[in-house]
Amino acid sequence: MKLVSKNFDVPDSHKLAVCEQNGGYTRIRKALEMEPQTIIDEVIAANLRGLGGAGFPAGRKWSFLPKDNPKPRYLVVNADEGEPGTCKDKYIMTNDPHLLLEGIMIASWAINSHTCFIYIRGEYVKQAKILEAAIAEAKAAGYLGDKMFGKDFPLEVVVHRGAGAYICGEETSLLNSLEGKRGWPRLKPPFPAVEGYLACPTIVNNVETISYVPWVIELGGEKFASLGSERNGGMRLYSVSGCVKKPGVYELPLGTNLKDIIFEHAGGLFEGRRLKAVIPGGSSSPVLTPDEIDLPMDFDSLAAAGSMLGSAGIIVLDDTINLVEALAVLARFYAHESCGQCTPCREGTGWMRKILDRIVAEGGRSVDPANLERIAKNIIGNSICPLGEAASLPVIGFAAKFPEEFAEYVARGETAKPSTTAVAAVI
Amino acid sequence: MNNAETTTSKPEFSAAAQEELETIFSRYPDRRSAMLMVLHLAQREFGYISPGVEELVAEVMERPVTEIHGVVTFYTMYNTKPVGKYHIQLCRNISCWIKNAPGLLEYLKSRLGIDVGQTTSDGKFTLSEVECLAHCENAPTMQINDDIICDLTKEKIDRLIDELK
Repeated sequence: MKLVSKNFDVPDSHKLAVCEQNGGYTRIRKALEMEPQTIIDEVIAANLRGLGGAGFPAGRKWSFLPKDNPKPRYLVVNADEGEPGTCKDKYIMTNDPHLLLEGIMIASWAINSHTCFIYIRGEYVKQAKILEAAIAEAKAAGYLGDKMFGKDFPLEVVVHRGAGAYICGEETSLLNSLEGKRGWPRLKPPFPAVEGYLACPTIVNNVETISYVPWVIELGGEKFASLGSERNGGMRLYSVSGCVKKPGVYELPLGTNLKDIIFEHAGGLFEGRRLKAVIPGGSSSPVLTPDEIDLPMDFDSLAAAGSMLGSAGIIVLDDTINLVEALAVLARFYAHESCGQCTPCREGTGWMRKILDRIVAEGGRSVDPANLERIAKNIIGNSICPLGEAASLPVIGFAAKFPEEFAEYVARGETAKPSTTAVAAVI
Repeated sequence: MNNAETTTSKPEFSAAAQEELETIFSRYPDRRSAMLMVLHLAQREFGYISPGVEELVAEVMERPVTEIHGVVTFYTMYNTKPVGKYHIQLCRNISCWIKNAPGLLEYLKSRLGIDVGQTTSDGKFTLSEVECLAHCENAPTMQINDDIICDLTKEKIDRLIDELK
């Protein structure tokens, strides 16, 4: 069964005519006959979760909008796909931009918003152009603009390009960036639903989340929910990369077994290789050992296993991969992307990077694992946004689950270190 | 005022760019929100964001130039130095690293005869390393100007550079 990926392989699926031949824009017509609150109730019943990574129930987010605020309301689609190992939203925007637009229309109708910004990462030049073209087509057809399908409901959709900053995937940072500022995260509360873009009530949803909304309307909330697991409705796109035969993006029900995704859908490991580790939900999610991957891929099961489903960017690491070096690659990334606003994250990510780079280059010291853990734990809970945690959890996870790999480096480093007497002799 | 200052012409947006600016501004409820899009346009017009371009953008945005500088330097896609005709940006993040991105970086360096952050003497190629380009399923990847090249190999790099040379 396929939902958002149904038309991915249809030739010219990005064009309006082709999209309509394949069921496009039927759900918005149905939704416009429904009361906005009924749509929100269906999305709640569908157990549609925030598929950008946080997993917050989408319908509940929508219902946080204040009822009595006279300011305009905004819908902002987060298309700043940047979590390492994640490449799914790109497929929707490339192959079925009208599905995203249809989702935007339904969501806008449901929350009574007349302006939508699609904040797309700057590097997605091709996808931004595809979206612009799709918007122009939808406007020409009378689906968008002053009226939506003849209904007195104006809706403008604006494609806004980011400019290279991982942090802007975080919703409050994204809003600052959209306002033309440096992408620094904001303290919450107030939450964006109350004070978001230009201090107006704003709903920020991921591309994939919004693209499932037409399917909630088509199937009904209850049916949609039943496709997934408990409290995790429907399906989602799993990105699989790393050491597998068939890396790619696979649409499967929420709750699909991680082992099956890797070994059946993604073709399994290369001949003669042994599985060493799996990062299940984008680089920020704590790593799993081979013994831990027999579990359903949904938000609650991954949380119970001490990791997170996140963006469902599955990164597979086999026995050819040096995990200390892999962690150093991740530490370098987070140090580079820390926005600099909070001291524990800015300094901590820098130190974790320096220590890991030195371990890789010169060998470790016996105090390194404890120091790394101490720095990581000093970041968690002490930064405004989740980047600090995202940078720390991999460090804690790798060090705790693969101590032998670190021990090798420590052994090498301690042997190479000149003894204190030798140093004294030199002095 | 010395000669250098009088002879250095201040950058100006072309007529077409000015028209595009108006379209950009019309899409936002406030002027400041257009910042990133205006900077993208400025970079396309002038190749990189020089201090002079920052001043021009400040004028157009009706914001202080220090604020423009703060934004320009926060985001990695705005070049504050001139770049070559082809800006090669190789992904160094985890999924590409697994697929030998470091080996390809060394290959690119030796093939182009430059280090990361440098431009070839003929002004053709600039080499940079970037974080995840979100094409992990087709790693390793790199970006050349607006295009993303997937499933990179040394042979593919050779072909591309030969074509662009």
